[in-house]
Amino acid sequence: MMIGKTAAAAALVGLALLAGGTAARADGSGSPTLDAVRARGQLVCGVSGDVAGFSLPDSKGVMQGIDADGCRAIAAAVLGDANKVKFTPVTTQNRFTALQSGEIDVLLAETTWTLGREAGLGIEFTGVNFYDGTGFLVKKAAGVNSAKQLDGATICVQPGTSTELAIADYFRAQKMKFTPIEIQDLQQIRAAFLSGRCDVYSTDSSALAAFRSTQGDKATDLVLLPELISKEPLGPSVRKGDDKWFDIVRWTGFAMLTAEEEGVDSKNIDQLVTSATNPDVRRLLGLDGDLGKQLGIDNKFAYNVIKQVGNSEEVWNRDIAPMSVPRGINQLWTKGGLMYAPPMR
Amino acid sequence: MRLSWSDPRLRNLVWQILIIGAVVLAGWYLAHNTNRNLEQRHIATGFGFLGQAASIPIGESLLSYTPSVSTYGRALLIGVLNTLKVAVAGVVLATVLGTLVGIARLSPNWLLSRIAAIYVETVRDIPVLLQLFFWYGLLQTLPPPRAAFHPLPGVFLSNRGVKLPTIAWHAAHFWALVAFLAGCVLVWLIGRAADRRQAATGRRPRTWPTTLAALLGLPILVWLGLGAPLHVDMPALHGFNFQGGISITPEYAALLTGLVVYTATYIAEIVRSGIQAVAAGQWEAAGALGLPRGLVLRRIVLPQALRVIVPPMTSQYLNLVKNSSLAIAIGYQDIVSIADTTLNQTGQSIEGIAIIMAVYLTFSLSISLFMNWYNAHIALVER
Repeated sequence: MMIGKTAAAAALVGLALLAGGTAARADGSGSPTLDAVRARGQLVCGVSGDVAGFSLPDSKGVMQGIDADGCRAIAAAVLGDANKVKFTPVTTQNRFTALQSGEIDVLLAETTWTLGREAGLGIEFTGVNFYDGTGFLVKKAAGVNSAKQLDGATICVQPGTSTELAIADYFRAQKMKFTPIEIQDLQQIRAAFLSGRCDVYSTDSSALAAFRSTQGDKATDLVLLPELISKEPLGPSVRKGDDKWFDIVRWTGFAMLTAEEEGVDSKNIDQLVTSATNPDVRRLLGLDGDLGKQLGIDNKFAYNVIKQVGNSEEVWNRDIAPMSVPRGINQLWTKGGLMYAPPMR
Repeated sequence: MRLSWSDPRLRNLVWQILIIGAVVLAGWYLAHNTNRNLEQRHIATGFGFLGQAASIPIGESLLSYTPSVSTYGRALLIGVLNTLKVAVAGVVLATVLGTLVGIARLSPNWLLSRIAAIYVETVRDIPVLLQLFFWYGLLQTLPPPRAAFHPLPGVFLSNRGVKLPTIAWHAAHFWALVAFLAGCVLVWLIGRAADRRQAATGRRPRTWPTTLAALLGLPILVWLGLGAPLHVDMPALHGFNFQGGISITPEYAALLTGLVVYTATYIAEIVRSGIQAVAAGQWEAAGALGLPRGLVLRRIVLPQALRVIVPPMTSQYLNLVKNSSLAIAIGYQDIVSIADTTLNQTGQSIEGIAIIMAVYLTFSLSISLFMNWYNAHIALVER
């Protein structure tokens, strides 16, 4: 083990992949990431930047989507201003390195929470902002209506994603064969699917729905197969070893869920600040207790998040609903979904 | 040695120690810092992952491979072979095309030389990545498998690539191949005998009938003698795609075409400069002896031009091999593509990048060594 490590490090003498990492600071909050964000006055957020519904610039160049809003919520919680975010586009290939090396403060790029990533990559997932699964998109003309009919198909897939793993395992379990076409660039891979180079385009079903929704009139020629062949819980991740920062990112997400559960949204929040009597709501808004202070940030952090970005339902309706994706298991637990925030007290 | 700063030997020694010390220190710092950061972030290290099962789907492979069963080590080996497949074919084809274009540019035929000039001046000015996208996009405009072009029996041209029939392998084919190799040796011996005869008598005997017999007749005789087994594996449309036969995928075709067409422009210029570096007197002297132009080029000018051509040609071969790493952009699974997926699945970025670097370094050093040997081999022997 030790020998391997030295050899690897020596091989990389010229590369210094991690040489620019953040050094622990002597003073401050005890969280190097929080200190760095405050000193910079800006949150650097890694997003994919090309997936509708998650992070995609609109016609005015403003990043839109559930991941983009997740970044804004963290900025609102930490800096009090949801606009103090720098969106850094990452690819499936460089996203973990960007996070490990400190180039970005938090990663929100439709990344699946897995044991391997958490145990081996030095990163931690703070929660789930979207429960997804690997799906298959085919052309209607192919006459396929189940994933079980895909034996021998050519499948377009992005290299370096958990989709690759899921497909390999699924086809092996079904004793079927397939030919992969692995293209890194999202535009190229979509072009290859539309041109007929591949029979199937496979990635997270939400991304497939998003892609189909951008096809306009041709959307009806594309069929999303009913099978979801894997669990893909997507969520924000941070570097290991900075527990305070981890708590802030995690509870910012929970605050948005709690707000939805308690019926607090960006429109009624100012009225609630003066009139709320429910102790849960008063604690959430920072009127009672010291939840924010315990996290080392503004006691009204949840107020800023909900006022400026909205609760989880508002975010869903703004970003995902326009692609006609049903909320399904992404509903709150009270409505039969999986979204569940531990108590904020 | 005096202990004085005015002693040049002492001065040199001090400077050398200082510089070596600085280099070692920088190296130590980088290694130490990387190790410390890896430890701090709890990132696992080591090459143990090479023996684990890899869930990397691979579309094009020279070795048998099953995702989720075969190991990362095997997947990476397939990547190396895929890179080699495109590098070897690319170097050979780019050399042929580049040499032809370089000669064409010097042709007295106005049209030919202008076409060659336009090709060189446009293609070398466009980034090679864009050219790869162009070729890949072009190949995707071919019809789908069900409407594939079908020019010859067993040959299909579609957006899934070119499908060709193959001959099912049989022991007789192996022995025919051995006979062919023996034929090659025979041809070489015949050539040497003819050279000696020419040197002694000034007249070269006719060699092509014996050459033909050795190269073709011998293997065919062996094949016939072993019962002439022949079973052709014809590709046929079945389900989503063609089954049977062999295929050239659009990804490989686009990558190879892009690299060859791009690198050939540089090689053409090197060949042109090499030919022009040969003194005009050589052409004139050969012409005065009544030799035809083609023979002058082949036997007199090109051998001398090679001395100018070979060193810069090495750089172009290295460029071609390194440019093949752009394969990931158009979905050809070379070593970079597979190592990238490996490091993404295992999280071993440093090891993964080190493997990629080691592979390219090995390829490049091998090419350099061979070309340096060849350069020394053809160098003018000074007496």
